[in-house]
Amino acid sequence: MKIRNKIALTLSLTTFLSTSLFADEDTIKVGVLHSLSGTMAISETTLKDGMLMLIEEQNKKGGLLGKQLEAVVVDPASDWPLFAEKARELIEGEQVDAVFGCWTSVSRKSVLPVFEELNSILFYPVQYEGEESQRNVFYTGAAPNQQAIPAVDYLMDEESVERWVLAGTDYVYPRTTNKILEAYLISKGVAAEDIMINYTPFGHSDWQTIVSDIKAFGSEGKKTAVVSTINGDANVPFYKELGNQGVEATDIPVVAFSVGEEELAGLDTEPLVGHLAAWNYFMSVESPTNEEFIKTWQEFTGDAERVTNDPLEASYIGFNMWVKAVEAAGTTDTDAVIDALVGVEVPNLTGGTSVMLKNHHITKPVLVGEIQDDGQLDVVWETDGLVEGDAWSDYLAESKPLISDWTDPVNCGNFNTETNTCIGAEQ
Amino acid sequence: MKLLGFFLLLLFPLYAGAQNFESLVRELPNGGYSERGEVISQILKSGDKRIVITLQALSDGALYASEETGDIFIGEKDDLVDFFTQENLDVTSDSSIKKIKVNNKLRRLIQTGIIQAQHFSPLVSDRMQAAEHAFKDADPERIEILQEALVQEQDESVTAELKQAINATILKTDADIEMKKQAILELSALGAKARSPLSVIADVPELSEAYEEALLIIKNKERVQKFGQNMWYGLSLGSVLLLAAIGLAITFGVMGVINMAHGEMIMIGAYTTYVVQEIIRNNAPALFEYSLFIAIPCAFVIAGLVGVVIERFVVRYLYGRPLETLLATWGVSLILQQLTRSIFGPNNREVGNPAWMSGSVEFIGINFTWSRVWILIFATVIFLSLMWFLNKTLFGTQIRAVTQNRSMAANMGISTGKVDALAFGLGAGIAGLAGVALSQIDNVSPNLGQGYIVDSFMVVVFGGAGSLWGTVFGALTLGVATKLFEPVVGAVMAKIIILVGIILFIQRKPRGLFAIRGRAAE
Repeated sequence: MKIRNKIALTLSLTTFLSTSLFADEDTIKVGVLHSLSGTMAISETTLKDGMLMLIEEQNKKGGLLGKQLEAVVVDPASDWPLFAEKARELIEGEQVDAVFGCWTSVSRKSVLPVFEELNSILFYPVQYEGEESQRNVFYTGAAPNQQAIPAVDYLMDEESVERWVLAGTDYVYPRTTNKILEAYLISKGVAAEDIMINYTPFGHSDWQTIVSDIKAFGSEGKKTAVVSTINGDANVPFYKELGNQGVEATDIPVVAFSVGEEELAGLDTEPLVGHLAAWNYFMSVESPTNEEFIKTWQEFTGDAERVTNDPLEASYIGFNMWVKAVEAAGTTDTDAVIDALVGVEVPNLTGGTSVMLKNHHITKPVLVGEIQDDGQLDVVWETDGLVEGDAWSDYLAESKPLISDWTDPVNCGNFNTETNTCIGAEQ
Repeated sequence: MKLLGFFLLLLFPLYAGAQNFESLVRELPNGGYSERGEVISQILKSGDKRIVITLQALSDGALYASEETGDIFIGEKDDLVDFFTQENLDVTSDSSIKKIKVNNKLRRLIQTGIIQAQHFSPLVSDRMQAAEHAFKDADPERIEILQEALVQEQDESVTAELKQAINATILKTDADIEMKKQAILELSALGAKARSPLSVIADVPELSEAYEEALLIIKNKERVQKFGQNMWYGLSLGSVLLLAAIGLAITFGVMGVINMAHGEMIMIGAYTTYVVQEIIRNNAPALFEYSLFIAIPCAFVIAGLVGVVIERFVVRYLYGRPLETLLATWGVSLILQQLTRSIFGPNNREVGNPAWMSGSVEFIGINFTWSRVWILIFATVIFLSLMWFLNKTLFGTQIRAVTQNRSMAANMGISTGKVDALAFGLGAGIAGLAGVALSQIDNVSPNLGQGYIVDSFMVVVFGGAGSLWGTVFGALTLGVATKLFEPVVGAVMAKIIILVGIILFIQRKPRGLFAIRGRAAE
């Protein structure tokens, strides 16, 4: 153990020395930590391209603090422990000033200690389950109250849904989200027997039993909807099975939190028309900033059919917030930038202005869209104004008293308002 | 052009109804979804002949409007005709023409309206649809229409459906108790389907006895239906497992090569299907319905060729060294995955389902989805052909001879190297065929193969390496067991139980279900 530590120390020291010796003093380095191979490559490659585009655009505008930005791309290969190693390589080896990356919650959890230990900044651009707040991490994706809860409100109010199927893949994001949703539904007076919760393994492909269960559950006279936190590839056979068994969106609508334009691009959308998705951004949103963003994106990728999606918008917001904070702080020094980030306002792509809050989450609008036959999502409902991201859900007993506030005097990610204490490091 | 439209419009005022209809259609693009809903309801009441075609187009997203002129167009975006004049217009580049949007609420409104109008349609399928809808809807205001439709109905199945629709509707009216009791009794014969209409009387005290009785009948019916349904799901899952594993039954089972790249052969078959469909879409869209038949031989040949290449350049040097074979073929599988990712991109590719592969049919209360039925048939055909091939053809005999006693087969003049290569190619080709079928129910992505490799090995090892019948029984047993566990303990737990079960089974019978006895087994 000790010897291994020593070796690691010497190794990191040598890499540190060698890279800092040759480091180009005229550039500011930005780390991009997205999987380019393995199972998550399907989603994360887009975000890597997005970051490269944003950095190129910023350089065209003259860079940052008079220096050019330089992207350092690494490939953690959908391997969670490798995320931590690559994060360390970026911060210690490459001396990057901020990292944009991760997709799955488990990859984020695996890099958290690294960012804390080495005191660097991570921008995390994907919707997640909440129940976390870390000083070095900025969450530009949606917290559950910015996606799941408004979507359920929509179904309850507009489609008068009374019975709920919460279907998800068996891992931390769906489990936590469904726990919050269940508590929320019960608080809204939904009876326990009107909620069906179902988990499936990753990559589940045989949905016959579950779809027929959903059908039976929905045939008891009350309007039923499915809230889907089914992840990634398992969605395609799920929707196909729904179509084949004749479950139509007009009978039992499915609202999904992990299906966006990018996922729909590889799908025969015929059986999906009318099903719903809840996000904070859709490519079809009509706003001048969005039109310009899509144009730049398609030019950058050289593909006139290339779609944008919500995590890409979250990357865009996160990057611009970082740029603005660095400009305000006049330095890329971690502590100064972290302080400068809170309160930063940048335009989002839906025509509003997102603000970085004290809990390192941002304000976003919530949109519910219906899937169209061209693979686009059409907004059918949106919240009035922007919703503030809440790190700790108010609907779970254990997290209800907690707040997160990274400014003085609280300066704590999990401050208990009942006991007035900071719980501290255990997450 | 405009003049002509104007002229036609001038003609129309002769018919007040028609004019009303036309102005309503012109109003469709205005306002939000709720205003559009109002207009749709009025259109449904207008009594015009074009209601169905107009609203169906609206529901399908085939109705467009120009923001500048307010003209309405119908058709596909690149092939629009003016709604009123039927003129063909080249307006593709006109960006002011936007689709008139609908949401679920409006689609429901339209479908209800259209279907309700179909009770007196000359087509049996239309009337059936209307009756089925009436059953779901059970709108007490429409009971007289339903009764009139029943009197006129000639078709038996539609009559039965209509009767049940009337039964369901009666429960919502203030008909007398005896009539309702009769309706409850008749409805209960439907099994699970009756739950929804019966739910309206759950709290009526005078009917509580009849309700309880009906629920009991339904529960008994459901139990039988559910069991049958689960058995079918098990069989169809088994057939998918069989398809995935049957190629491996040759490369691993017969030849003894631990081929970790087996899943990638399936993936190659699926991507071949994608390429074939793309070519057909671009060159001969009319052939799309037959695309799978064209893809089958292509997938077999391409995956087979890749298999031969792998055998010649990698596996051949490693016979008798299982560990090295395992690592080498695993490396090959990673190379193939990344190669696919580089060529086709990391995203899923869209493989369409021909019409005959979509939808389902209900038979004795069990829902059979067409894609699964066809896959079951496909798996059976492949299995039988393979049996015939191995047992009745010269080449099949040679494969068996080489795997049973290599040196003696060589002495008899069989070129063992050639047989090895072709047998490996055969296994890979069959995996390619599986890919064609799996592209219909699963994602076509570079990771496709990984999802099946573990299951395939499980089936072959469980069934007994070397026995094709073992593979069949292994696949079906695992499929049915999974599907019987799944409703009880959930999908995640079912998988765990199956895996633990297999571990225990292999402990007791290391050679699997159908162990080959005698010298050949060594």
